[in-house]
Amino acid sequence: METDHDIILENVSFAYKQNKILEDVTLFIHKGEFASIVGPNGGGKTTLLKLILGLLKPDQGRIRIFGEPPEQVRQKIGYMPQYAPLDMNFPATVMDVVLMGRLAKKTLWFAKKDRSEALAAIDEVGMTGFAGTGFNELSGGQRQRILIARALCSRPAILLLDEPTANVDHETEVNLFSILQTLNAKMTILVVSHDLGFVSKYVKSVICVNRKVVIHPTTLMNGLLIKDIYHGDLKMVRHDHRCSHEGHSHD
Amino acid sequence: MITGAATKATAMIEAIQALLDPDNLFLRYALVMGGLASVSFGIIGTFVTIKRIGYLAGAISHSVFGGIGLAIFLQVNVGLSWFDPILGATVAAVISAVIIGLVSLHAKEREDTIIGTLWAVGMAAGILFIDRTAGYFNLSSYLFGDILLISKKDLIFVACLDVLVLGLSILFFNRFFSVCFDSEFMSLRGLNTSFFYLLLLVLTSLTVVLLVRIVGIVLVIALLTIPSAIASFYAKRLWQMMLFSILLCAFFTSTGLLLSYALSLSSGPTIIILSGATYLTLLIFHKWIKN
Repeated sequence: METDHDIILENVSFAYKQNKILEDVTLFIHKGEFASIVGPNGGGKTTLLKLILGLLKPDQGRIRIFGEPPEQVRQKIGYMPQYAPLDMNFPATVMDVVLMGRLAKKTLWFAKKDRSEALAAIDEVGMTGFAGTGFNELSGGQRQRILIARALCSRPAILLLDEPTANVDHETEVNLFSILQTLNAKMTILVVSHDLGFVSKYVKSVICVNRKVVIHPTTLMNGLLIKDIYHGDLKMVRHDHRCSHEGHSHD
Repeated sequence: MITGAATKATAMIEAIQALLDPDNLFLRYALVMGGLASVSFGIIGTFVTIKRIGYLAGAISHSVFGGIGLAIFLQVNVGLSWFDPILGATVAAVISAVIIGLVSLHAKEREDTIIGTLWAVGMAAGILFIDRTAGYFNLSSYLFGDILLISKKDLIFVACLDVLVLGLSILFFNRFFSVCFDSEFMSLRGLNTSFFYLLLLVLTSLTVVLLVRIVGIVLVIALLTIPSAIASFYAKRLWQMMLFSILLCAFFTSTGLLLSYALSLSSGPTIIILSGATYLTLLIFHKWIKN
């Protein structure tokens, strides 16, 4: 077994009620990878994350995380879900939410150590001083950061994020990705995103998901690949936020 | 108008005086029961409100009627005198909580249809059992509550259930919090979410049985959710919401009971009108303030 791969999927297929969501997916994720998962809606991005988490079982194929089945190493994976399904009027403070990341089978109540880990995670996402604030008093971007902190406070080796930048403004998006970039020094990160142009400035690779899964280094992204992934003749629009001094060429 | 208000005030004072009258032991029992039950109601009601499973609780409370019917049937027709209606209600509540819980966990698409069916079938079974039982039974006392039926035995029963609900809620507070807020994330931390979800529903079902005597099967859900809904306007944390719900629930049951005695009204509906009117007033007030 190759030890420098954190995540290995071999010939994995998953269907939901006869609808094939993912077909014959083989994917190797290096230790220390920072990859963005992109693809059309319903293409299987969230399904891919849930398979890696062991929340869904593949119909065929094999998934190994650190060489083990996903359910056995869940404790080492931090997960930030899409926050849309969460009840935003839930009576909880930032601390209450982040402490969920310290839930463990053996302990019924949180100890001092759990609280200090939670506070450290809150610092790490730049939300120092917000521990006692109500979760429902936060802005969208602040909530995203708190959910990242919750994923972080179990000290994971892999961090999976499902659309952390949905419904946030551009400044928050930049902010979140620079936090992730810093965290990447310590952990492997996979992040689902819509905005391919924007994330390609930060990530090392792009995982394209549309029933099939293909991974590309960011440097190789071009129109032909995109066309292949989206199965359509589409126009490539560059989302670069800055041009070089010479301007940019349209290839 | 003035004399009307004065009469009501006098009636309320009389009701309080009536508490001291040994002939009115039932009124004292009812107040104690309301106070005791408020503890469980505040805690479980908060979970039900934030998890938004009010209608699961509704289905459980209505299927409780099947158990009450069965108990009366067994008592009269089979001669099992120890099988009293509250025991029947408790058994039916726990069984229906488990069934309804499993349905809501596994039957994704037809969930509401199945739960609606259980709701009605439980109710209908209760009526049929009573149809087949000789003698006259005052159905409305179970449906809408009747404080005259409360005995010392019921108080002990309520106190025991209180201890159970309070104990488990303190022990598993973090688990229940997580089940309600984000059960998917909880399962990723290696915890058994289905178990704690079912446990929460079973505790809900036991709590529902507690107040069936006072407010009845049909109205009990309102008392479970209204205090918590009001508390949610003001509480920032889960335990604050629970504490506030307990106090509100105790206030509504005691004031409602005294009012119903003073004005010779049914206790259950009086309590519900009082709490419902308070909730709606506050709701409008808060919406109005926001705008």
